[in-house]
Amino acid sequence: MKKLLVLFSLGALTFMGCKGEIPKVTIAGSTTVLPIAQATAESFMQEHSEVDVSVRGGGSSVGIVGIIEGTVDIGDASREAKSKEMEKARAEGVELVKHIVAFDGIAIVVDKSNDIGQISRADLQGVYCGKIINWKELGGIDKKIVVVSRDASSGTFETFVEKVMQKEKVVASSLKLGSNNAVVSSVKSTPGAIGYIGYGYINDEVNVLKVDGVMITKSGIKSGLYPISRSLQMYTNGLPTGMNGKYLDFVKSPAGQKIVAEQGFVEIN
Amino acid sequence: MKIKEKIFDFFVYLSVVTVVLIFLGIVLSIFTEGIKLFKFVSFSDFAFTTQWRPTADSPLFGIGAIAVGSLVVTVGAMVVAVPLGIGSGVYLAEFAGKRFRELVKPTIELLAGIPSVVYGLFGMMVLSPWVQKYLGASIGLNLFTTSVILGVMVVPIICSVSEDALSVVPMSLREASLALGANRWETTVRVVLPAAKTGVMNSLVLGLGRAVGETMVVVMLAGGAAIIPTSIFSPVRPMPATVAMEMGETVVGSVHYYALFAISMLLFLVCFCLVLVANCLAHRGREL
Repeated sequence: MKKLLVLFSLGALTFMGCKGEIPKVTIAGSTTVLPIAQATAESFMQEHSEVDVSVRGGGSSVGIVGIIEGTVDIGDASREAKSKEMEKARAEGVELVKHIVAFDGIAIVVDKSNDIGQISRADLQGVYCGKIINWKELGGIDKKIVVVSRDASSGTFETFVEKVMQKEKVVASSLKLGSNNAVVSSVKSTPGAIGYIGYGYINDEVNVLKVDGVMITKSGIKSGLYPISRSLQMYTNGLPTGMNGKYLDFVKSPAGQKIVAEQGFVEIN
Repeated sequence: MKIKEKIFDFFVYLSVVTVVLIFLGIVLSIFTEGIKLFKFVSFSDFAFTTQWRPTADSPLFGIGAIAVGSLVVTVGAMVVAVPLGIGSGVYLAEFAGKRFRELVKPTIELLAGIPSVVYGLFGMMVLSPWVQKYLGASIGLNLFTTSVILGVMVVPIICSVSEDALSVVPMSLREASLALGANRWETTVRVVLPAAKTGVMNSLVLGLGRAVGETMVVVMLAGGAAIIPTSIFSPVRPMPATVAMEMGETVVGSVHYYALFAISMLLFLVCFCLVLVANCLAHRGREL
């Protein structure tokens, strides 16, 4: 019995010892960046079997606050750090370094029967704050507009508010759905509906609208010509070193960017 | 032998202590986190205002509309579930043949075992387009769809518990009633149902508790708009859906985080009271 116990504890000790030696990279943050982080982490670990990369979601705020508080190595964000967060970082002596890893554009979609074709950002704001309630006000058919929005804690919502709503509030009676796919399926089946989704989720079950006369395209998103576009970034505390640096280099490399494109986002180069 | 008994005693004692400790731990952690909200938001702003904008620049944490959302969805579910549940319970206990009952009751109870995400998926893919197409609702994810699916989920509980209550009513009561010239219908409504009153009420309270706390279905079907509904086809945002949808993307220790715990606290209190009522009813039922 005693022997067994000694054996066990020895085993446990060696195991713990090993665990301490495995370099670990923890990533957390935006759910928009999550698929990129997950897929690149998997490939990265295949090449570097000695590293353990753990990826969590949580939202852009979680990613940036994680860097400031030192709980994660890499913080994903689908928006830039807010000035409040910058201040907090400075106060904590943390240097937020931004690494752009991909671009994402938010497409405005309507159901297949709707042939309005385009919308201006001002009208879009009007629709989403509840001032414009019928498609005929925008030159379309006489049909009530069903406003579909993302849930208030998603990164897509935040960017949409920043790029389109500015100081206005999204009308409370709009649908608030939990994912891009839920928005697509809801818009698809609802005549008169309007919704917004990430570029990678566009499919031919819905009609995509031009915004301010610009159709959403890869180059338009990258150059910022398409008005509702954003960069996706990973933040680190200071310039990344060791495994963090290797991982970020991998994400920016052609192999990493191929994964970015496969996930439905736009590559950085 | 004695030692064996003592070990057994100790083991069962330990299990009950563990269960109680787990319960207390959950209650304590929910309440300590939830209470912190009131350092930032006054109780009356939390409970009696209707604007829920947790991520705005000047965030608002009024759960009025969310609480009303929970209330109407639950009431709607009960409107669907009570007639179906009690009706099927009465039929199974009073009118059905033995073989029919033995076949159908387990089938209905099986419905209670279906994971709620399956109900949610059905509501999303089948019922919601149907509601849009045939009932003319502009939005498929709404109060009506949610209530129907929640109601169907609650039916097995009400049916099964009320059938149990009805079937333990002594045969002599029915025989006396029939002997006095009442027909089966009159016997059921005037004699058997009143005799099984507490058990039937208990089934309703248990069903109510299930409907209030159900999360997956309301996340998938309610539409998520934090408004006080103006029609049965309005989207709503019940309390469990709010907590489930937002908890994953909030910063630990933020006001928003505490607000979600405060909602959980409220949900816990509501369900706790319902269970207390159910227990009292069950107790009274035994005394009769």
